[in-house]
Amino acid sequence: MATFGNGRRVAIVAGVRTPFARSGTALKTISAIDLGKTCVAELIQRTSLDGHDVEALVFGTVVPSVLAPNIAREVALLPMLPKGVQAVTVSRACASANQAITDAADQIALGHVSVAIAGGAESLSNVPILHSRGFSDALVTASRAKTIGSRVKALSRIRPRDLVPITPAIAEPSTGETMGQSAEKMAKINHVSRDEQDQFALRSHRLAAAGTKDGRLTAEIAPTYVPPKYDLVIGADNGIRDDTSIDQLAALKPVFDRRYGSVTAGNSSPLTDGAAAILLMSDDRARALGYTPLGFIRSYAYAALDPGEQLLQAPVLAAPVALRRAGLSLRDIDLVEMHEAFASQVLSNLRGFESKAWAERAGFSEPVGEVDRARLNVMGGSIAIGHPFGATGARITTTLLNELGRRGGQFGLMTVCAAGGMGFAMVVERQ
Amino acid sequence: MTSALTTDVRDGIAVVTLDVPNAPVNTFARSVRDEFTALLDRLERDESIRAAVVRSGKPDVWVAGADIEEFLGIETSSQAEALSRDGHALLERLEKLKTPVVAAISGACLGGGLEAALACAYRVGADTPKTVFGLPEVQLGLIPGGGGTQRLPRLVGLEAGLDMILTGRNIRARNAVQMGLIHELVHPAILDEIAIERAKALADGTLKRGMAGGPHGPRHVLLDENRVGRALVFRQARERILARTRGHYPAPLAALDVVATGYTHGTDRGFREEARLFGELAVSEVSRQLVFLFFATTALKKDPGVAEPAPAPQSVQKLGILGAGFMGAGIASIAAQQGTLIRLKDADPGRVGKGLAAAREVLRDRLTKKQITRQQLDDYMTLIGGTTDYSGFRNVDLVIEAVFEDLGVKQAVLQETEAVTPANAIFASNTSTIPIAQLASVSSRPQRVIGMHFFSPVPKMPLLEVIVTPQTSREVTTTVVGYGKTLGKTVIVVNDGPGFFANRILAPYINEAGILLDEGVAIDAIDRALVEFGFPVGPITLIDEVGLDIAGKSGAIMLEAFGTRMAPSQSLTRVVAAGRTGRKGKKGFYRYDETGKKRGVDPSVYELLPTGQRRTEVPSDEIQRRCVLAMVNEAVRCLQDGILRTSRDGDVGAVFGIGFPPFRGGPFRYADSLGTERVVRALEGLNSDRAPRFAPAQLLIEMARGGRRFYPERGHPFPG
Repeated sequence: MATFGNGRRVAIVAGVRTPFARSGTALKTISAIDLGKTCVAELIQRTSLDGHDVEALVFGTVVPSVLAPNIAREVALLPMLPKGVQAVTVSRACASANQAITDAADQIALGHVSVAIAGGAESLSNVPILHSRGFSDALVTASRAKTIGSRVKALSRIRPRDLVPITPAIAEPSTGETMGQSAEKMAKINHVSRDEQDQFALRSHRLAAAGTKDGRLTAEIAPTYVPPKYDLVIGADNGIRDDTSIDQLAALKPVFDRRYGSVTAGNSSPLTDGAAAILLMSDDRARALGYTPLGFIRSYAYAALDPGEQLLQAPVLAAPVALRRAGLSLRDIDLVEMHEAFASQVLSNLRGFESKAWAERAGFSEPVGEVDRARLNVMGGSIAIGHPFGATGARITTTLLNELGRRGGQFGLMTVCAAGGMGFAMVVERQ
Repeated sequence: MTSALTTDVRDGIAVVTLDVPNAPVNTFARSVRDEFTALLDRLERDESIRAAVVRSGKPDVWVAGADIEEFLGIETSSQAEALSRDGHALLERLEKLKTPVVAAISGACLGGGLEAALACAYRVGADTPKTVFGLPEVQLGLIPGGGGTQRLPRLVGLEAGLDMILTGRNIRARNAVQMGLIHELVHPAILDEIAIERAKALADGTLKRGMAGGPHGPRHVLLDENRVGRALVFRQARERILARTRGHYPAPLAALDVVATGYTHGTDRGFREEARLFGELAVSEVSRQLVFLFFATTALKKDPGVAEPAPAPQSVQKLGILGAGFMGAGIASIAAQQGTLIRLKDADPGRVGKGLAAAREVLRDRLTKKQITRQQLDDYMTLIGGTTDYSGFRNVDLVIEAVFEDLGVKQAVLQETEAVTPANAIFASNTSTIPIAQLASVSSRPQRVIGMHFFSPVPKMPLLEVIVTPQTSREVTTTVVGYGKTLGKTVIVVNDGPGFFANRILAPYINEAGILLDEGVAIDAIDRALVEFGFPVGPITLIDEVGLDIAGKSGAIMLEAFGTRMAPSQSLTRVVAAGRTGRKGKKGFYRYDETGKKRGVDPSVYELLPTGQRRTEVPSDEIQRRCVLAMVNEAVRCLQDGILRTSRDGDVGAVFGIGFPPFRGGPFRYADSLGTERVVRALEGLNSDRAPRFAPAQLLIEMARGGRRFYPERGHPFPG
């Protein structure tokens, strides 16, 4: 038994998520806020939690609603929670839910709160579409105009090209490189072949399909009844393909580099809608309320590198720090959950774990080591299950702890890569 | 004695606060009227007072109206007429007072309260959901007696005024300001401030007295100010009243006449006519019964459901509902509106989804009527968590089962539930027929098993019948009764027994209708006779609505419990055997179209009945006598057998649960109005070797012998 830092021990009591659905499909009519609310409502229901025990809510989201930027507060205003539950929204790209979880854990460790809900939500079916600079300038000037004449004059400056809306792209603001281009670059630098990537994607789908079929993966899902008719009930992720084959994957064309590339829609995670949430408590409070926690947070670490280099390679820097803080090595770890943004990124990260050079960059003399594939993403990962940016971290936490429990394991390691060249790693333990 | 009015004069403005001591609401009781008279004296006399503001010291009520207890002392129509005339005189003084009076209205402004406000020079309302305006007198079989029939239509227009007077419905503050009923609507925090400012302005003459805009526009000119237009409005209103009341309720017609008199012959004649008809109605049988029901439901609101001292009810924060059918979803929809967290369970996601959709439909309807906001709808739906397993039942306070009406199924869910819920959770069954003791027999904690019999459709039907067994703990009863009231229901507590109360008295009534069918009486003749008696629908329509299969099942249970006197008719048995289920199967005694709309008697059903296509005529009054007395007799048996605690519960149960005509007060009140002796004689007249089912209940015979009644003939229905 150990605690991270010098604080109180933090228990993860339960985790629930909505099904993950490819954007523009089953959940497209539900906003990120409503996905978050649905998920947290079910977390409270399922765990028979009294809402009055909750003291804080932290939620992550990557593409916030322009109308309600603090999604956490909107979720905290659920009718079964007291209005006094303070809430904050955090943003750390694809590790936003992890940030939410570690923020909540820190508050518990510090003794500021004893019960918190953390998680995240994303609806990539509902991203804000922006007006062009010219159009918004004209609208702002017109709204400030004092006479009809000057209003007309302001509006008359709008040109047809100003009417083309701007959709947010998943590109690095600093380098202009899209995430796909970064993944493509990493495949080349780390010599990850197309076939290796496709094989990994196939594995992700096969394992996720098996986990869905035997109910291990669906156990963490709250079936979502889609309002207003509720006749559509989504009980499982809809991106998992148990019928895909290596030939089908091999037939897909590279998206980001048509000539020399290897990253395809098939070996990348899809744009996804969904939400996931975790119930955290201090160890003492969990026991006092009669809960048997899924497990405990033993350590975590964040790291970052130059986004212009290998954008998604920072988990390689975070993992050894988290392990050292846990006082453990990779040999002690029963299960590893690694977020799958792209197969090329997973395989690059795994190579980094084995690399002395990367170990030295992280300040260690020895590499983390080779991850036993039989312990890695045993029910698939984001490539198959899907990746709602703000929610994934919470999904992985629940998946890891549930499976650790089923296998009777003790320690689990998770890593998540994030835009901006950032990485996250966390070690959890069951006893 | 402490006074209800306190007057604080500052800067020449008298701020008068009305707060009737030791009463939950302000009413115009005699003592309050006397204080108002004294206030008017002072305002007329005291030159230093330039204007006055009348506000309430109670947060949710301005003035709720007359003191209804006072009505019980009225014995003659002339007494009531005098009461109305006194009110007219008082309000006329108020209206003509040189010192302007501003009404600062926060909370309910009803009946005499609204009539007083109408006589004020200016009305400011507080923008709160509790601020409502209405003239509910017709709901008690009366008409407004304080000049409301004359002042209101002139202020808001004939159509809007008639609507309020004839329906008794409440108008929300925002609508009140739109229709000109009040001059201004302000945030409650500045109500007094603005009222005082307006009082000063009226006194200075910088603000003129007058309407808040008043009725205007072409519609007003065509309908209000034009004799032909008014005649049209009155004729249409009369038609609507007759369609709604079927001539059973004289008050709305009287109100209409009084309003018309005012327009035709001037308000002086109008006021006189108002007082005269108020006097007549105040002592009418219909009004006495409606006032009785008012007192009975008021008494039930205070009744904890067990003998005093009653244990405090437990709070119900989380409710488990088993079965997401129409009943389960209906219960969920009303519980969510009280902020209860709900776990709604059914066997498969499809059924859970249907339940959620049904609950949303109820809320959607309220949203359309602007009774709730969009945000509230979302919140209420969020409180209902659908599930197909027992997750989330670990912290439920109460579980209501609304699963398939079968003892085995219900016993199984009871045992499953007890395994996953805390030891102090209550298990309530929404069965309509299965004795609760039979369910409790498999329980590990029978003291926490109880019946909660809701009526369909749950959001609309006002009654909840709570059924206790000898083992049910008193705390469980008070908790369930308390929660039922929270849900807005009128709750009666009855002892366990087949059919409990509501369905038990319904059984002989339905059977009698069926026996009339056996004899060859036409389906529509039977239904028509009982609708004429005052039931909302006839018995045959009723069982078509409920479901013939369910009626058949219920009939079998009653036969088993009570023997041949409750034997179902051959007609019902045969129609059920033929597979007809009523409206839900679009095939019953009546025909239904694709959308489920009733399309007249299905002539082909007669082939199934004992007399085939041959019809017999039985006079309407005999149909009524047979069916209704069978019900009355059974109600008395329920009292005699201890199923009912009081005749009051029986009357309320029959009126609000199964549609016994309210203007007849309920089966016991009806027996009293006929006279118990006459009831016994009539039953004995129907009783024969061929029809021993009419043998009068022992208690009824004893009461008739002693010339006793169920309620006192005069005064308060529940003395002491």
